[in-house]
Amino acid sequence: MIPGQFEYHRPSSKEEALSILSQVGGDGRPLAGGHSILPMMKLRLAQPEHLVDLGAVAELKGINVGGSDIEIGAMTTQHELISSKELAAACPIIAETSHLISDPQVRYVGTLGGNVANGDPGNDMPGLMQCLDATFVIENTGGAREVRAREFYHGLYDTALDDGDLLTSIRIPTPAKGHGYAYTKLKRKVGDYATAAAAVILNMNGSTCDSASIALTNVGDTALYAAEASDSLAGSDLGADAINRAVELAESITNPVSDMRGSEEYRTKMAGIMVRRSIEQAAARAS
Amino acid sequence: MQTTKVSLTVNGKEMEADVDSRTLLIHLLREHWNITGPHIGCETTHCGACTVDMDGKSVKSCTVLAAQADGASVLTVEGLANADGSLHPLQQAFMDNHGLQCGFCTPGMLIRAYRFLQENPNPTDEEIRWGISGNLCRCTGYQNIVKAISAAAAQMNVKEAAE
Repeated sequence: MIPGQFEYHRPSSKEEALSILSQVGGDGRPLAGGHSILPMMKLRLAQPEHLVDLGAVAELKGINVGGSDIEIGAMTTQHELISSKELAAACPIIAETSHLISDPQVRYVGTLGGNVANGDPGNDMPGLMQCLDATFVIENTGGAREVRAREFYHGLYDTALDDGDLLTSIRIPTPAKGHGYAYTKLKRKVGDYATAAAAVILNMNGSTCDSASIALTNVGDTALYAAEASDSLAGSDLGADAINRAVELAESITNPVSDMRGSEEYRTKMAGIMVRRSIEQAAARAS
Repeated sequence: MQTTKVSLTVNGKEMEADVDSRTLLIHLLREHWNITGPHIGCETTHCGACTVDMDGKSVKSCTVLAAQADGASVLTVEGLANADGSLHPLQQAFMDNHGLQCGFCTPGMLIRAYRFLQENPNPTDEEIRWGISGNLCRCTGYQNIVKAISAAAAQMNVKEAAE
């Protein structure tokens, strides 16, 4: 099985990449780790005429921790996210999530930028980035703009990216010290997409929850930020009533398809269970 | 058809080819260069039979374009044995522990285990299982594969201590 015909480009700088992407417009696609687009091209589900390989563009890589924001270059791989001690100290939920993506071989090449830009609701990082209230930096030959992760996803494979755009970096507000976190994912086997998954960040003040952020993976056309469920936990003691209410509110925004991973009802209930487990684990980890 | 010139170091040897842009690394290795250790199993990035080591990373060569590998250093199972022909400790341990049955997954398993042990020289059995979670054995012979990798790790550590 091989992909259809296309023209291959290998720019060595971001500027060159943006210029090629602008020339080829809607006929081109950026190539990051390639582990979503190449399988799609083999199946002829994607048939771009131009592939712009970003593998030689060094300036799109890197993890910058320490400021008020964590900045991660779009071409940073899941393996690099898992291996970064600085990132593990500042925002451990990222590595926890990366670990649940596919398998070691895929994580060596799969990138954060590719995972969030593709618009596949099965990907894990879009939900996490919404939970963390990340901002995506998008560039083209005309300049740069920023779009919040919570506003980036319009539908199935439909994002704020236009022809000629490249998502170049991801900016994440550094979570408060002592925050609680958990990414919980139900899947049928290693390497599978989620039946349902939930990302939770909690900020506690003694036994009271100051603020919470909850997002869901693969139970709708896009990853979902569960705004009402998040808000419902703020000011609560995270007791049974508060958690039940948050789970209910999170379940109410899901719209999963019935597929080989389960029926709509099952996947909605599993989303609720993932939210419950993530809240409980995040609470146990918070200080 | 667009052709691209690629140069790779494969098992220590400099190799060159003109390939169609859509040629995958596994096809470059197997069909252009007759390096048939890496196997084509599922062709859909699941099974890991095509795993090779590329610039210090285990990759599924059915999902890497040959053009993307330009300039890379690649290790396949053919390059694992020592120069004098004696087996790599992993190969020996797979033999000693019955770590293969039909053998189809073995080249991928060996190359993945090679990189895994570079990163984690003293793994627990559970860590080994996670480490090879991208490689499927349809004989389901995992028990002995894990045993073999564990034995190889011990052997390699003894050897290193002696050196």
